[in-house]
Amino acid sequence: MKTVAAALAGLSAALLALAGSMVAAEGQRCEVPDYLLFGNNELKHVTEAVKKDRRLTIAVVGTGSSILAGPDGPLSAYPARLEEALKRRLPSVAVKVVTLVRTRMSAEDLARGMAKLLVDEKPDLVIWQTGTLDAIRRIEPDDFRAALEEGVETLHKGGADVILMNMQYSPRTDIMIAPGPYADNMRVVAQQHEIPLFDRLAIMRHWSDTGAFDLYAAGKDNVLAHRVHDCIGRGIASMIIDAAHLRSVDPKAGQ
Amino acid sequence: MHAPTGRDLRLDFFRGIALWLIFLDHIPSNLVAWGTIRNYGFSDATEIFVFVSGYTAAFVYGKEMRERGFMIAGAHILRRAWQIYVAHVFLFAIYLAEISYVATSFENPLYAEEMNILDFLKQPDVTIVQALLLKFKPSNMDVLPLYIILLLLFPPILWLLQFRSSLALGASVLLYVLTWHFNWNMPSYPSGHWYFNPFAWQLLFVFGAWCALGGAQRLSRVSQSPVTVSIAAAYLLFAFVISLTWYLPGMSQYVPHWLEELIYPIDKVNLDVLRFAHFLALAVLTVRFVPRDWPLLKSWWAWPPIVCGQHSLEIFCLGVFLSFAAHFAMVEVSSAVWVQFVASGVGIVVMVAVAGLLGWYKRAEERSPGSRRRKAPDADLAGGEA
Repeated sequence: MKTVAAALAGLSAALLALAGSMVAAEGQRCEVPDYLLFGNNELKHVTEAVKKDRRLTIAVVGTGSSILAGPDGPLSAYPARLEEALKRRLPSVAVKVVTLVRTRMSAEDLARGMAKLLVDEKPDLVIWQTGTLDAIRRIEPDDFRAALEEGVETLHKGGADVILMNMQYSPRTDIMIAPGPYADNMRVVAQQHEIPLFDRLAIMRHWSDTGAFDLYAAGKDNVLAHRVHDCIGRGIASMIIDAAHLRSVDPKAGQ
Repeated sequence: MHAPTGRDLRLDFFRGIALWLIFLDHIPSNLVAWGTIRNYGFSDATEIFVFVSGYTAAFVYGKEMRERGFMIAGAHILRRAWQIYVAHVFLFAIYLAEISYVATSFENPLYAEEMNILDFLKQPDVTIVQALLLKFKPSNMDVLPLYIILLLLFPPILWLLQFRSSLALGASVLLYVLTWHFNWNMPSYPSGHWYFNPFAWQLLFVFGAWCALGGAQRLSRVSQSPVTVSIAAAYLLFAFVISLTWYLPGMSQYVPHWLEELIYPIDKVNLDVLRFAHFLALAVLTVRFVPRDWPLLKSWWAWPPIVCGQHSLEIFCLGVFLSFAAHFAMVEVSSAVWVQFVASGVGIVVMVAVAGLLGWYKRAEERSPGSRRRKAPDADLAGGEA
């Protein structure tokens, strides 16, 4: 019995290794399947701001995974990459991305700051990255969801569009951090409030599966982090342009 | 199911399968886990495991309680709870070893935030004590604490089940309803509550026990009527279609808004009614189409899951350990798809081999001339103790 099982395992393994190497060869790009970036939820305030005033102010609210350390960190992290991608694709629009990152904050902590953010920055769009710390601390999923709803409702009342961004795909730590319930709640809140969800978890998982990035890698090297953030920035730019029905100069540049 | 005489191999069989599925689901990023039932409906292997555990606990200890009285059977149940507690602490030690290794070997600027998981290591005094109190439970280590609580409370429930079975089941349903109404749960460290709320999940355990003590037989006329079977099949189909929308996002637009409002979130913590119903539907169809004397159960093919199901505690713990090991292999060797298949396959083979070995030990011990004739409940009978 064991030999049969082993033979079957070996055979399927060989076939899959073949398929895996074929997929890996075409990697090395930021490609994201359309269904992960584009949906039916619209960014109406963004459309209006761009069409009326030719300007767009975006606030990124998040935690440690929205920044990168080091002297070139601020310019390499995805908020800066997003700004650059949008400026490139919307040359006639004054794009500004501000970053409000506080490390070690749960969704509830971040939700509390939303009202002040609206006053201080008057953003047309808020990209809310959250969930990682909540998953690490295993905060009650119901409380997490309530915090998300509170934050999203505050932002909508204040006249800003929202994009939710979930946690990173982190294969080395994912046996210790279970993102499942938190990612599910973010999906449900996004669906019910009809806002786009930037599914960073699935997108990075896709890059890992196709071999575009080796997310299992260990080491202090910054290159991987910079490239991943660049791709995330481009991906969000594509999502915004699609969800707000904007006309960009280079539709393929964000992919 | 018929009257509880002799062992029902279906219980061992399905608990063994559930143990395999739990193992596969516990390996993160594992493609093989796409084949497990949680991706095709609302409930998953946990429901099978808890139900069968309740069923076998009642079967084994119920018999003992009738023959030897409340005190002896109760003492044996508590001893079992203690064994599970020890197993849980053992698994926690392995978890600490893995997390400490990751702490010293992994430094990637991309994942600076995820490294906050190591905060727990900074206060070992608090973390370890909280773990011993079953309040700090790392991910994937939630099932055994649930099991411990369920067994600790089981002696009086079993007593009531023997004499007033409907009353006991009614009390269990009442507790479930009150739990949903008042949001009862047990606190966790550092925040939140138990991932498997014992006040809610007890329903499945007690329902399993109730079925074992004659409930299944009383229900059989209803549960096996063509109407029930068709409703169960329709419900499984509905759950399957809904679950497809989780993975084929294009399809989610076809789910009406009111339906989303109605069914989401499907709460695993508190054993959502949709999950419980999904398990019931699976059980109805299983009992309908897998007869107790199904020839395959006696055949060579069914032996691997059956032998695993007969040593459920050991194999469950081994499965958690193997899922750590498989994850370790994927991180350190390669995460290629073939490694995932090999790790999954090897894990199941190891589970079967160890279960076979445990069975052999047990038989050898019983046969040895010096051994006293033990009359303590046979841990292997009808799918093992509890």
